[in-house]
Amino acid sequence: MTMVYDDTGDEATADVPVRKIRFTINGRKKVAEIEPRLLLADLIRRGVGLTGTHRGCDTTNCGACTVLVDGRAGKSCTMLAVQVDGREVTTVEGLATASELHPLQEGFKQEHGLQCGFCTPGMMLSAKALLDRNPDPTEEDVRWAISGNLCRCTGYQNIVKSVLWAAAKLREREPEPAEASAVNKVEG
Amino acid sequence: MTTTADESRALDEIKIGGLGSSRKRVEDDRFIRGKGNYVDDVVLPGMLHMEILRSPLAHARIKSIDASKAWALPGVRLVLTGEMMATRNLAWMPTLSYDTQAVLATDKVRFQGQEVACVIADDPYIAKDACELIEVDYEPLPPIMNPWQGLAEDAPVIRDDKVNQADNVVYNWEVGDKAGTDRAFEQADVISKMELHYPRSHPSPIECCGSVADFNRATQKLTVYLTSQAPHIVRAAVAMVAELPEHMIRIVSPDIGGGFGNKVPIYPGYVCSILASILLECPVKWIEDKTGNLISTGFARDVYLKGEMALRKDGKILGVRMHTDADHGAFFSDAQPSKFKIGLMHSAFAAYDVPAAHLTARGVYTNKAPGGVAYRCSFRVTEAMFFQERMVQAAADDLGMDQAAFRRMNFVRDDDFPHRTPFGFLTDSGQYAKCLEVGLKAIDYENFRKEQAEARKRGRLLGLGISTMTEPLGAGNSREYDILGIKMFDSAELKVHMTGKAILRTGAKTQGQGHETTWAQIVAHELGIPADDVVVEEGDTDTAPFGMGTYASRSTPVAGAAVAMVSRKIRAKARKLAAHLLEVSEEDIEWELGRFYVRSAPGRGVTIQECAMAAYSNMPDGMEPGLENTAYYDPPNLTWPFAVYIVTVEVDPETGVWDVLRMVAVDDCGVRINPMIVEGQIMGGLTEAYAMASMQFITFDADGNCVGSNYMDYLLPSAWETPGYELHSEVVTPCPHHPIGAKGIGECAAVGGPAAFVNAVMDAISETGVRNIDMPVLPDRVWEALTYRRDVSGAPPIRQD
Amino acid sequence: MFPARFRYEAPHSLDEAISLLRDGGDYVKVLAGGQSLVPMMKLRFATPDMLVDINDVPGLAYHRTDPDGTLRIGALCRHADLEFSSLLPGTQPTMAAAAPLVADPLVRNRGTLVGSLCHADPQGDWASVMLALGGSVIAQGPAGRRAIPLAEFVTGPFENTLGHDEIAVEAVVPKALGTRAGGYLKLERRVGDFATVGTAVAIETSGGTVVRAGIALTGVGGSTIAATDAAAALAGKPLSADSIAEAAELAASAAQPKTDHRGTAEYKRHLVRVFVSRILGGSLSSTTGSSTTGSSATGAAAERAA
Repeated sequence: MTMVYDDTGDEATADVPVRKIRFTINGRKKVAEIEPRLLLADLIRRGVGLTGTHRGCDTTNCGACTVLVDGRAGKSCTMLAVQVDGREVTTVEGLATASELHPLQEGFKQEHGLQCGFCTPGMMLSAKALLDRNPDPTEEDVRWAISGNLCRCTGYQNIVKSVLWAAAKLREREPEPAEASAVNKVEG
Repeated sequence: MTTTADESRALDEIKIGGLGSSRKRVEDDRFIRGKGNYVDDVVLPGMLHMEILRSPLAHARIKSIDASKAWALPGVRLVLTGEMMATRNLAWMPTLSYDTQAVLATDKVRFQGQEVACVIADDPYIAKDACELIEVDYEPLPPIMNPWQGLAEDAPVIRDDKVNQADNVVYNWEVGDKAGTDRAFEQADVISKMELHYPRSHPSPIECCGSVADFNRATQKLTVYLTSQAPHIVRAAVAMVAELPEHMIRIVSPDIGGGFGNKVPIYPGYVCSILASILLECPVKWIEDKTGNLISTGFARDVYLKGEMALRKDGKILGVRMHTDADHGAFFSDAQPSKFKIGLMHSAFAAYDVPAAHLTARGVYTNKAPGGVAYRCSFRVTEAMFFQERMVQAAADDLGMDQAAFRRMNFVRDDDFPHRTPFGFLTDSGQYAKCLEVGLKAIDYENFRKEQAEARKRGRLLGLGISTMTEPLGAGNSREYDILGIKMFDSAELKVHMTGKAILRTGAKTQGQGHETTWAQIVAHELGIPADDVVVEEGDTDTAPFGMGTYASRSTPVAGAAVAMVSRKIRAKARKLAAHLLEVSEEDIEWELGRFYVRSAPGRGVTIQECAMAAYSNMPDGMEPGLENTAYYDPPNLTWPFAVYIVTVEVDPETGVWDVLRMVAVDDCGVRINPMIVEGQIMGGLTEAYAMASMQFITFDADGNCVGSNYMDYLLPSAWETPGYELHSEVVTPCPHHPIGAKGIGECAAVGGPAAFVNAVMDAISETGVRNIDMPVLPDRVWEALTYRRDVSGAPPIRQD
Repeated sequence: MFPARFRYEAPHSLDEAISLLRDGGDYVKVLAGGQSLVPMMKLRFATPDMLVDINDVPGLAYHRTDPDGTLRIGALCRHADLEFSSLLPGTQPTMAAAAPLVADPLVRNRGTLVGSLCHADPQGDWASVMLALGGSVIAQGPAGRRAIPLAEFVTGPFENTLGHDEIAVEAVVPKALGTRAGGYLKLERRVGDFATVGTAVAIETSGGTVVRAGIALTGVGGSTIAATDAAAALAGKPLSADSIAEAAELAASAAQPKTDHRGTAEYKRHLVRVFVSRILGGSLSSTTGSSTTGSSATGAAAERAA
């Protein structure tokens, strides 16, 4: 991206460290020149312009900013953008294909798993990480897996139903055994 | 144009997404794709960013502010202080309760987190850096952290800015029949007393507040995107505060990430961003962080009760006496109807046949954030119903009566409506006893009592809590309800295009309630236009008709009624068009869903879509073209939904930890427009009830530091702790005055729910003789009650080593 | 909330990282999971001059068991790796109990055990667990590696004994002298809440006798507390109702809790007593002598772990 700033003198920006990073977001390769202190959430929202990733609590509690980094769900307001150098980021905008919604997206609509919609992207990404690891979760598994994401509107019951709806749909579609979990991959 | 006689003619209402259809939500399509448009998503060319410097102290005199280092930081465009605001007469602003509130502090700071200065810079990170460089010299003053400190004789006067304010009392107010109540207490066999504190809470939507102000010097137009549940009130307030012409102000509430009452007031951040945009002539974005949201924006509750019930020994309630002391923080800025100083606290006991009642209320200034917002609540009804149901539980226990039987005995009977409550409200409908029976059956009441007794023998503490209540939703009628003099009506505008598609706009503003889905269902019900053919728009004051916004469960009762009424206006005109098209007189036309027909020849008819086309292409001579109209709806009364919430719990006697075993909710909210959405609202409300009962509160230490200033300390339940819910919808008592028989529902569960949880825990530990544990009923408080057999107060300041 | 400016380096080797620490100036922090550090930087409670991000250093993401049973956890092993590990159930009951109770699932995906030890938050779970297990931290600096027993590693709130040019590269749980039993119990008001009280108990039994015991406490003092007297009361004899009661009492008296918004000092001390009894009671009633007890005392979580 091209940026034009007010000229406030060379000394003003001389000690502002800038790093160049390369990363993939929703399958697209990107280069960015950023300050190391830039939070990943801000790189995604303000740099890439994908605003489905939301800023909620600022203290790593609410999960509104949840994205997948190399397949693992994490809170993008608690990661530095420089840390995704060479990595692959998936945001809510990467869930659907051009022609088709992800079953989680369908499930949230079918089971009324959202109201104001603010926590929804993070919820779906945490749920995706769960279903990637465990294609046939119980209600309890789902409640546990999304316990790092807060919702103020729904009371969660319909979110849980939405995730189970998606799990059932995904199993119908992909009857073969699920791939090895992201956790095991990293361990190996 | 005509159909044959044998065809089935009326549309299937469910198929067109009409009343009663659990239609999937229209708004979901953008939210599930991450394509919502929240305030922080608004990006304008040349936009600058604002951050606020807040006071670290609860009460202090400002001796000096040195912002020179902030000004010197590269990228900083403007630093605003109270002194600069004062030169433009903007250092103070009016509140929604006829008080004043500091925009940026000039003389003193009066609560921790108060706005002291703000910085506008190229980048939010730089603005934050610059805030850190502002040096403020404070002279600390003694902080006042509860009403009792504020009422002490030697207490410093917090509002020394106000002439004639010699103490910290905001108001004294009363309602009811004092003499009659005194007589009732004289005749009582038993007097049951309770003292309670409903703790300070914060609505805490996940999205914080924010604004993007864009003043265009060339056109003189000010556009502000902001997180408001009531954009038209904001427009009026900005016109008055900033002295800008109202027609040159456009307020846009885009998608809102939850409101719950937090986004009703006007906040200093909005005002500062507006002034900054005017001064800098470019767009200025302010996005609050969570700490700012929790420590400075509209809180809720923080009310102390002394309650008494006069009882006859057979169980009849003879009278109720209540006194409340409310902690309003540093500025009285309750967002509530002007006439009622403690909101609708006097809706207490509306479900019960109480001959006499008297309420006195006192408000006190303290060194806490202002607010007093209606957090998922119609102006203090949450406190009213909580106090009521805690008092009712204690009264039944004091009489040695069964909880269900005591309620059943004192309920207003089905044939008693309309019923005048002891405080003067008029309730109009309900089947209270039937709802209670449904709830008791669902929870298997008798068997649970047996199980509970058995368990107790083995040292296990089971408890059951009941909460039953009706509450007034849908302010107002305009005789009694206004905010800053603006009457609490609402509005809808419907434009039916020539192809039969339509756009509907209202003065309400959805924040998750699903107006874009449900308003179209009302149109479908009234006009037979499929809901999918109706697009709903809200929140833009340049296009939406004037309305008072969405809070206090008023959208369906008021704006929803306006939608029905405007649809009926459209139908009335369409009827004339139909008569013209069918070449009969209007008196010969009948309506069935989606179609007019000739009474004597039902096969001859025209659809609403055909009428729409005619409105633009084939209207009769003398008729104004077009099929558009607006309705302003002034409700004749509030709506009165009724609810029964029953909770069972098990308390761990060793740790004080309690678990919800079951939660049954029976809600009678009249006609349900979209049952799926109604159930979603109920479950959301139940969760906030559980949160308040179990963990969620804002408190303070003795120095005035806020405990609960971020989500590490302000605890909101996750999916893991939140119980499952069993909902019952079999009791339906339509509202007699609402055009489609609907009643408010959004807040019922949050209002009535907390007492059910607390009553259940108190029931589980009833053998201790403890009368009360203040919310939240944290494990340590339960353990203390179990161990020392004494009431546990949660009033601030917190206990600390 | 945004962090202040800092210099950022992401070395590709430990040597490089150590040089950066050595030459980096007064206030350098190592960034691993960042789940405590980054929020503190956003709140501007921490304003380091430089961050040395070790996430690109290869070979630190492991956790593995040596042939003798010693468990080694690399500096980039995430909490979630341990939560879902096949290595802990059975042999490491205390760790297996604690792993799902650390923070929340998203934080567990990113945060690390070693980082948590270094952060030395008195409310952190892992320090108690490792202290109870007699674990140690391997520090690597310009002069090579050294092992620091946990008891000497955490010295106070947010204080550890790493040299300014040392990196904690591994945590080590020694091999068991017998069959391990024990657990971790925590009172948290909701998932992700800091512990009101956490209690880690690890015992090793051989031939019916407790040959080694460790008890450590979270959230009841200015630092993680080793309840050594309580542990001593268990060692050298078979586990019994009496020894459990004695250990629970001694653990309670070892706690140094303060009254705050999470509860009174008395309540927290009481919880230590209850938790020690419950964990050891579970071990006593277990036929195998190896049992896992882990739950957050939000009762719902207790059901899950049961």
